[in-house]
Amino acid sequence: MIAIVDYKAGNLTSVKRALDHLGLEGCVTPDPDVVRQAERIIFPGVGHAGSAMAVLKERGLDQALREAFTRGTPILGTCVGAQVVLSHSEEGDTECLGLIEGECERFRLDDPSLKVPHMGWNEVRLVQEHPVLQGIPNASEFYFVHSYFLRPADPARVLGTSEHGTTFPAIIGQRNLIATQFHAEKSGPVGLNLLRNFAAWDGSVC
Amino acid sequence: MLSKRIISCLDVRNGRLAKSVKFIDTRDIGDPVETARRYYEAGLDELVFYDITASSDGRGIMIDVVSQVAAQVFIPFSVGGGLRTVQDCSRVLLAGAEKVNVNSAAVQNPPLIAEASLAFGAQAVVLSMDVVRSAVSTRIPSGYEIVINGGRTPMGLDAVAWARQGEALGAGEIVVNSIDADGTREGYEIRLTRLIADAVGIPVIASGGGGKPEHLYEVLTDGHADAALVASMLHFGEYTVDEIKDDLQRRGLKMRRTPRQSFA
Repeated sequence: MIAIVDYKAGNLTSVKRALDHLGLEGCVTPDPDVVRQAERIIFPGVGHAGSAMAVLKERGLDQALREAFTRGTPILGTCVGAQVVLSHSEEGDTECLGLIEGECERFRLDDPSLKVPHMGWNEVRLVQEHPVLQGIPNASEFYFVHSYFLRPADPARVLGTSEHGTTFPAIIGQRNLIATQFHAEKSGPVGLNLLRNFAAWDGSVC
Repeated sequence: MLSKRIISCLDVRNGRLAKSVKFIDTRDIGDPVETARRYYEAGLDELVFYDITASSDGRGIMIDVVSQVAAQVFIPFSVGGGLRTVQDCSRVLLAGAEKVNVNSAAVQNPPLIAEASLAFGAQAVVLSMDVVRSAVSTRIPSGYEIVINGGRTPMGLDAVAWARQGEALGAGEIVVNSIDADGTREGYEIRLTRLIADAVGIPVIASGGGGKPEHLYEVLTDGHADAALVASMLHFGEYTVDEIKDDLQRRGLKMRRTPRQSFA
């Protein structure tokens, strides 16, 4: 069973619907004990990093996620769920989970024709192999909506990059955690493939 | 670099497509869910459902359509038509839509944009505006005026000013629908689209007048639009999504391409 972490951050049902479509068992839950015991965890989200962290703490989900990460449970974070796995976000000057050391930074672009939020379909260049990215063609396009981007302290954490005025990390990973800035559940067949791979992943990276 | 998006709009009345969609396969005719799935599999980037149901009982049917689409279509889609309150918006988002599309109700009650943006995030709120050409005046300095009720009621509101206000209130995207160009199939209104796109910092979707791929090329380049809405070009089977994208790609635009076999 895949626990979909409910922390009031956006449309959780879209991840659930994608899992249903793939014939995978998912359960949307706000309960930290369910998250602790889950085989796998998807940590989705849209919205503000500050309010996301506030709800995670209020529900005790921050601790549950840290424990699951330490125990080796495969975890997939997406969008704001990917941003708050870092140590800190510039959005609301928010202290985050710190599962991967790094910062979430706002786009500062010189070209006025480039808009923020970065919204729409963009290519992802795969820079490292990973079980969850198996069979995903390089330069596949995924659906993004965000104003802040992932910047892990260690460049070796970057698994894929995209381009919006600057090259930015689109997928990062460490041990049993993989995090995508894009919405896999809204990225057509290639996004569904990524979810299918995640559901088969045991959390090891070699 | 972002791809230019091709978005299609489906008008739904009492749960059925309002404009006939002349697919060869007769199963598709009139069924918004089947049509949405087919467009998704054809590689369309996004969908808009516009509920033109007149009665309030019909609203429940639309929610059912939205949830059926959400179970089968894994690209973003928005829903508009008759959304007057944050509760109305909440219902379609919970049923699985990514975004809501507000139009007349936002003109009559601009705080709706701010309330929806606060509740669901700017990325979920699309401001759709119907625009007609009008004489340049102190009230309408751009020469483009906002109309409501399907183009019947001019509001004395300048289109560029309204776009700026919509962005300031928290809209995440703007659809610019030219009533003058709509249905002509002679091309989008380039000047209007560019005026709006240059006035705001959020993505702009051009609507009204698309009849061939060249028209999309014009509005996505000269018109500074981020996306183009197509209706009859696709609905009447004159072009496939691939044909439109092939053409635009040949002209040098970046398009998202999805191999067909990947849907298997």
